[in-house]
Amino acid sequence: MATLETTFAGIKCMNPFWLASAPPTNCGEQIMRAFDAGWGGAVWKTIGAPITNVSSRYSSIDWNGQKMMGFNNIELISDRPTEVNLQEIADVKRRYPKHVVIASLMVESKRETWHEMVQRAEDAGADGLELNFGCPHGMSERGMGSAVGQVPEYCEQITSWVKEKARTPVIVKLTPNISDIRLPARAAKRAGADALSAINTINSITGIDLDTLEPRPNVDGKSSHGGYCGPAVKPIALNMVQQVMSDPSAALPMSGIGGIGNWQDAAEFLLLGAGTVQVCTAAMHYGYRIVEDMGDGLLAWMRRKGYRTIDDFRGLSLPNVREWKNLNLNFRVVAEIHADKCIGCQLCYTACWDGAHQCIHLDRASGGMDAPVAGTDPRYAHGAPNPHSKPTPAMVMAESAKVISMTPIAKLDIDGIGSSSAVTPLERIPRVDEDECVGCNLCSLVCPVPECITMERRDTGLPPETWEQRVAKGAAAEAVAVTGNPNL
Amino acid sequence: MSESTSFFEKAPRSAQVEACFPDLHPPFETTAAVTEAHRCLYCFDAPCMTACPTHIDVPKFIKKIASGNLEGSAKTILDANILGASCSRACPVDVLCEGACVMHRYNKQPIEIGRLQRFAMDALHASGAQLPFVPGNDTGKKVALIGGGPASLACAAELRRRGVDAEIFDARPLPGGLNTYGIAEYKLPLKESLREIDLLAQLGVKFHVNTMVDAKKLEEIDKKYDAVFLGIGLGAIHKLGIAGEELTGVTNALDFIAGYKSGAIQVAPPKVVVIGAGNTAIDAANAAVRLGASEVHMVYRRGPEQMSAFTFEYEHAKQEGVKFLWHMAPLGLAGKTKVHALELAKLEATEDGSLVPKQGENVTLAVDLIVLAIGQATHAGFLSGDKVKLERGRIVVDRATGQTSAAKYFAGGDCTNGGREVVDAVADGKRAGIGISAWLEGQNGDA
Repeated sequence: MATLETTFAGIKCMNPFWLASAPPTNCGEQIMRAFDAGWGGAVWKTIGAPITNVSSRYSSIDWNGQKMMGFNNIELISDRPTEVNLQEIADVKRRYPKHVVIASLMVESKRETWHEMVQRAEDAGADGLELNFGCPHGMSERGMGSAVGQVPEYCEQITSWVKEKARTPVIVKLTPNISDIRLPARAAKRAGADALSAINTINSITGIDLDTLEPRPNVDGKSSHGGYCGPAVKPIALNMVQQVMSDPSAALPMSGIGGIGNWQDAAEFLLLGAGTVQVCTAAMHYGYRIVEDMGDGLLAWMRRKGYRTIDDFRGLSLPNVREWKNLNLNFRVVAEIHADKCIGCQLCYTACWDGAHQCIHLDRASGGMDAPVAGTDPRYAHGAPNPHSKPTPAMVMAESAKVISMTPIAKLDIDGIGSSSAVTPLERIPRVDEDECVGCNLCSLVCPVPECITMERRDTGLPPETWEQRVAKGAAAEAVAVTGNPNL
Repeated sequence: MSESTSFFEKAPRSAQVEACFPDLHPPFETTAAVTEAHRCLYCFDAPCMTACPTHIDVPKFIKKIASGNLEGSAKTILDANILGASCSRACPVDVLCEGACVMHRYNKQPIEIGRLQRFAMDALHASGAQLPFVPGNDTGKKVALIGGGPASLACAAELRRRGVDAEIFDARPLPGGLNTYGIAEYKLPLKESLREIDLLAQLGVKFHVNTMVDAKKLEEIDKKYDAVFLGIGLGAIHKLGIAGEELTGVTNALDFIAGYKSGAIQVAPPKVVVIGAGNTAIDAANAAVRLGASEVHMVYRRGPEQMSAFTFEYEHAKQEGVKFLWHMAPLGLAGKTKVHALELAKLEATEDGSLVPKQGENVTLAVDLIVLAIGQATHAGFLSGDKVKLERGRIVVDRATGQTSAAKYFAGGDCTNGGREVVDAVADGKRAGIGISAWLEGQNGDA
């Protein structure tokens, strides 16, 4: 029986799905409803000396009709009195003893102040503490949040103050607004942090109102950079989680954050070493109810893969992420267009011509398939552009413009243009020139039809070899000497 | 004679008729249009674009709707099809752009191209903007266009954009031909056709309405103009050739449709029979239902599989409540001054495929109105004297330029293609406009 139960830095969790410190965890009433909906834990909206927020506070960017692909906020930490937040933590823990409540904390950079806050949060019953070293707006101007997270020494200092006092696990939340996230992660680890969480939001301006020329979110005609999150940031977050988790001097139990909205996103963070995941934007968009599919979907996937616990697969993808110099140069794939699935949109054609390597042609109906495949690899056998003088996109369009089309009349036009739309005409199905294909994936990425364009392995007849190995055996040096190209 | 005031303002209005013919395909609300626009895959060399006789760059105008560039969207449409608004409503999109949409092979609904096109064009009209084109530099050349239908309108627009004077001659009080008078009101209201024509007038196209061009008038025109475009459409609807056709209560589909569209006909009598089974017959039958007839029959001598109407039109007629009498042919009409009964013979196929009446199986239908829709004759007579070469009554043209056998004469639309859609006429007119302009330029060069 697969289970979602897991232990994170010593904290027992009924599932790995936590709400991140943010508006969905503003008060006890919300968090209790979230627990009822199925969330295993919640990181309380950051507690500290109460602030005054601006109005408005959020903005987002939509993409192709989908709302909130990216989300941005200029809200600060909790605006509620600390004693109210702590009282509610106590209430929640009393009523939901098995659920995880983490107190997110941010106070001024004084040892005594941190000590006092840690004591109060733990007295209230928090299962752990998250140190907010990541908030990128407002608080950083007051010397807190990312102003701490961006300076490893500050990060280390404050973490060590907290560790002097804390009896529960201490999680340091990292900011992505730094050139190398491993530096503050290492600092936190040196100071004795029990876990990390990443990433906090990314500095952003989501957009400008083209009528008023004012940026969003609009505060009396002005705005300020905010913190970016939502689906758009997931790839950035995955990379940063991987960087930290692959670094022995930084790696700690990791609570993954950044664009997680469903079980697949969660699985990816867990595969890169995270032990729990935190969600905010998706819950702000659709409500707490989204957690049901996260659990349901993740469990079903685990059963299919034969994993019983989160630990069975946690971090399994980490070894598969390498530095570029350790990738096999002698591995080769080429694109294959499966004609039976092709709908004739020709997006692969225009993408290959304008955005890649001009190796997809519209000549299936005019003998293109008869061209022999030489088996050469365009990475080494460099040819002239468009070596077979195939029509360019502009020439294709010019031919089409000459076509005289008429509305078909049932009795007169048996083969009217609109009448055969169930089958893709052969001339609309593109063909890949294998000898020119560099195997970049672009066509398969733009193709709207699943499995229509696949990347097929071609045997180069060569054993695996990385660039690093080439350098080591001197082959690269020889090539550099011969060609004068320092990159070979 | 030249009209400079708005035809749109002169459109006859009948609240009663308007109420009977609400939009068959209602306009998109903005969010729905943008959502639909986002669904478009943005195909390269899109099949919808090739399927469109005027080659509108469909993905381009759709993506401009998605990006909120409605001005650019309308311009993209108009650049290819100056009657983009009419066509968005009147086109049989199922067999054109939407029929060619790759979504059919993607197990999804095709993109609603027609409604998106209307959305962009409605936005342009609502903005009160003029056409996004200016007349070309004056070449000093003058072209007469005979007939004011879509072929001539499209040809005239191309000529104006190339600095050639374009003067349209039309026999009716309002220009637009079948675009104005012949398309079911629930697809294209008469006033919408005129709204579009007013924009052409702003481009400098001149209109001579109420001007019948006969052979003599054509001779006058021939002397005054550098070239002539024939956009004369087809002629009168065929007669049945049976007794009683002169009775009151016998009309033809074009007169019936033009009658209600211009407000002259406000109601249909209770029992209506339409003879014929083409698209025009269906428009007439549906109109009769909407104008209050309680029983509308269509009579066709063959079966549904041979009818020339588009399948979607047939389905629509069934939904409207039209009843079909297949394999029947009119034998005679009864009535003193006004028709009151139609006698029909049941037909059966013989071994060689020809249809013969079944003996003793005649049917008599009580009728108040008979509408003939059995095809249109040609205008061959008007062009007698070998002015231009004809084939089966159609003017023979070079497809790419619209040029006839007489170098100075060009033609397009129904009079050349035998009767197709508005968009076919627009495409013909557009090619001819470009063709005429190029020919005139060549003439200049020779001089």
